[in-house]
Amino acid sequence: MADKITLEVARYSPEHDGERRFDRYEVPLHENWMVLDALNYIKDHIDGSVTFRWSCRMGICGSCGMLVNGYERLTCEALLADYLPGPIRVEPLKNFPVVRDLVVDISDFMGKLERVKPWIIRQPGAVEPQREFLQTPEQLETYKQYSFCINCMLCYSACPVYGLDPHFIGPAASALALRYSTDSRDQGSEERLDVMAQNEGVWDCTVIGECSVVCPKHVDPSLAIQEYKISATKAWFRNLLMPWGGK
Amino acid sequence: MEVTAHDILLIGGGGAGLRAAIAIAEANPRLDIAMVSKVYPMRSHTVSAEGGAAAVIAPNDSLDEHAYDTISGSDWLADQDAVEIFVNTVTQEMLRLEHWGCPWSRQPDGQIAVRPFGGMKKERTWFAADKTGFHMLHSLFQTSLKYGEIKRYDETFATKLLVDDGAVQGVVAIELSSGKIRAITAKAVILCTGGCGRVFPFTTNANICTGDGMALAYWAGAPLKDMEMMQYHPTGLPQTGILITEGSRGEGGWLVNKDGYRYLQDYDLGKPTPTPVLRSMELGPRDRLSQAFVQEMEKGRTLKGPYGDYVHLDLRHLGEKKIDEKLPMVRELCLNYSNIDPVHQMIPVRPVVHYMMGGVSTNVNGETPLKGLYAAGETACVSMNGANRLGSNSLGELLVFGARAGAHAAQYVTGAPEPSARLLAQAADEEKRINREYLNRTSGGERVAVIREEMQHAMESAAGIYRTRKTLEEGAVKLAELKQRFMAVALDDHSRTFNTQLTSVLELAGMLEIAETIVHSAIAREESRGAHQRIDFPKRDDQKFLAHSLAYGNAQGVPRIEFAPVTITRWPPGERVYGR
Repeated sequence: MADKITLEVARYSPEHDGERRFDRYEVPLHENWMVLDALNYIKDHIDGSVTFRWSCRMGICGSCGMLVNGYERLTCEALLADYLPGPIRVEPLKNFPVVRDLVVDISDFMGKLERVKPWIIRQPGAVEPQREFLQTPEQLETYKQYSFCINCMLCYSACPVYGLDPHFIGPAASALALRYSTDSRDQGSEERLDVMAQNEGVWDCTVIGECSVVCPKHVDPSLAIQEYKISATKAWFRNLLMPWGGK
Repeated sequence: MEVTAHDILLIGGGGAGLRAAIAIAEANPRLDIAMVSKVYPMRSHTVSAEGGAAAVIAPNDSLDEHAYDTISGSDWLADQDAVEIFVNTVTQEMLRLEHWGCPWSRQPDGQIAVRPFGGMKKERTWFAADKTGFHMLHSLFQTSLKYGEIKRYDETFATKLLVDDGAVQGVVAIELSSGKIRAITAKAVILCTGGCGRVFPFTTNANICTGDGMALAYWAGAPLKDMEMMQYHPTGLPQTGILITEGSRGEGGWLVNKDGYRYLQDYDLGKPTPTPVLRSMELGPRDRLSQAFVQEMEKGRTLKGPYGDYVHLDLRHLGEKKIDEKLPMVRELCLNYSNIDPVHQMIPVRPVVHYMMGGVSTNVNGETPLKGLYAAGETACVSMNGANRLGSNSLGELLVFGARAGAHAAQYVTGAPEPSARLLAQAADEEKRINREYLNRTSGGERVAVIREEMQHAMESAAGIYRTRKTLEEGAVKLAELKQRFMAVALDDHSRTFNTQLTSVLELAGMLEIAETIVHSAIAREESRGAHQRIDFPKRDDQKFLAHSLAYGNAQGVPRIEFAPVTITRWPPGERVYGR
């Protein structure tokens, strides 16, 4: 195995020329090193101004999503040796404004997450159990995969619809909406359906599912969006056929 | 400078901070709450907790047994009033989290499932497979979004507490995206910034675990309690230090040496049995298991690898179905980071720095000795963990004491004075200092990463699993040298936009202080207790040291160490017995 590999890192700073460029850095290639380890090597030993987010380095905090050779990856899970002989091109995620170098502005998502009401909604007068809500393993299974979303934003970067229409609520927020709406403890699915129905993008989403392909935690947001289309269509027909609120 | 004012300010948006914020909003919806976090809250290190959270719920369990396990686990250094409050409240807190949507693993009939954990005499650890911290953090964060009154300053780094007339009244903080330095005032500040594992070279802790809140409190004059009590978790992956949960031993995993021998039987931890026995062998406490590893290494019975000695964690006999159901993340982590499939291969593991039992000294309401300053979670030392925390007690702790700190602060601010106008001069001075010492300084010659690495290695040599006066004093000398050299640190990056080298250097300034409190507290404690093992003082000494160390900042350099008595309520100090 080679003992060195080259990274081409996208650089951008609004304070300077505002132009994007690529800087090349040669780093040692250790066994089991990830692209994130290489970035940290660069920051610690070569150029302390290279800017990126990271924290847990074990694929759970969701900070270190970037494009590696054009594909969305958590850089803490992208093995350097898989990219031999290099060079490896590292860029910020697509479809977000770039703050600096590899850091993107995700405040749009933070707003969308709040809009889908990602919390347990109980209707007034609902009876709350003294102890836990009983929830069988089968009931847990219905929403479990959606609960694995780490908000890493790879799906928004890969989403062709979000790229064209920033109003689209997007894959992760849709998955999290369904995560709560299919939880046996929740009574808020109609409220969330209203939020989802407000955004046109849902109807533009095809079943190609780039979002589900890039998800590092095996969530299937594409399926969530298709489920919404079915629910919304059913609700529409129900209102058409029974305008006085038949259930 | 931009100045904003709130009633209560949370520093840190992990489990403790979010729980405290919700408690405040529920106690008094009229209060103006703000949360300053250097990362988006859902990135906080609570996310990495794996195995579970202990709370009595099984019919055969009792609060007294949870209390006794915790106190004996702490080697009698825990304050027993804090432990009693903890065990009495944690079940209710966990149920609340269940009502907020946390996807706890269940029994077939839909009730909460519990698993065995180290040092616990009963099965009482609730779990969400092996992503418990992740699910708790996201449940808390997503639930917090319901409370519009919680204003967030995401990706904002607090550099200094503002103190007027002995009362803490806000912080100075840098907004990372713009580099803007802000003064954020409040009538009370709650520190919830997590642990400080990054003071050491080999840790399970995330990059962000740099003890920021401990340093802020210490600089403002609050004491740090029991800082010599750093927990080593017995099972981390070599090279990366990534945690392999104790839940894997709870489910029946074995620790074996190079001969395939379950070596814990040689260290007064019981006899091996095919299925796990509570408070025995692999389900012993973390301090004893990590110490057994070192002794096994000294006998030449560990394996040698490129990243140090290791032993094996064997899960193969659990089978693929159980591993995938109960420990899916362990399998994923082993495959991704060590190229090992635990279904077919043994996992190489070694002890790794994991959890700071010490921290900002607080009472059971989260109050520090400084008026208006609170702390909760790993940042704080209540103390319910004493000299050794039991696995699965920290997630419950952040709920119980996060909520208590929040509720108490909500009461305190009702009669507290408005922040003083004098704070603005302090804030302006802090801005000038940051510019002068870091952003505008171009020469000096010392690199952040070099000093950080030297500090980390000094700490491992000085204050590892076993310590002596000699190793600790050498560490103290090295730290003094590093603090001197730190004065000449210069950044490569002078940008205002998302300057992560600036946050690194500010973190390092705090870590150097924290490292000193660890070393000097360890020098002062001339006994062996829990995680603090002095080769030169191998016995526990209740006559002299049934007491908490308190490290105070000192303008003369090294911290001043005092001792304060432990609170004993119903459990007089006794022998810690495991496996017999």
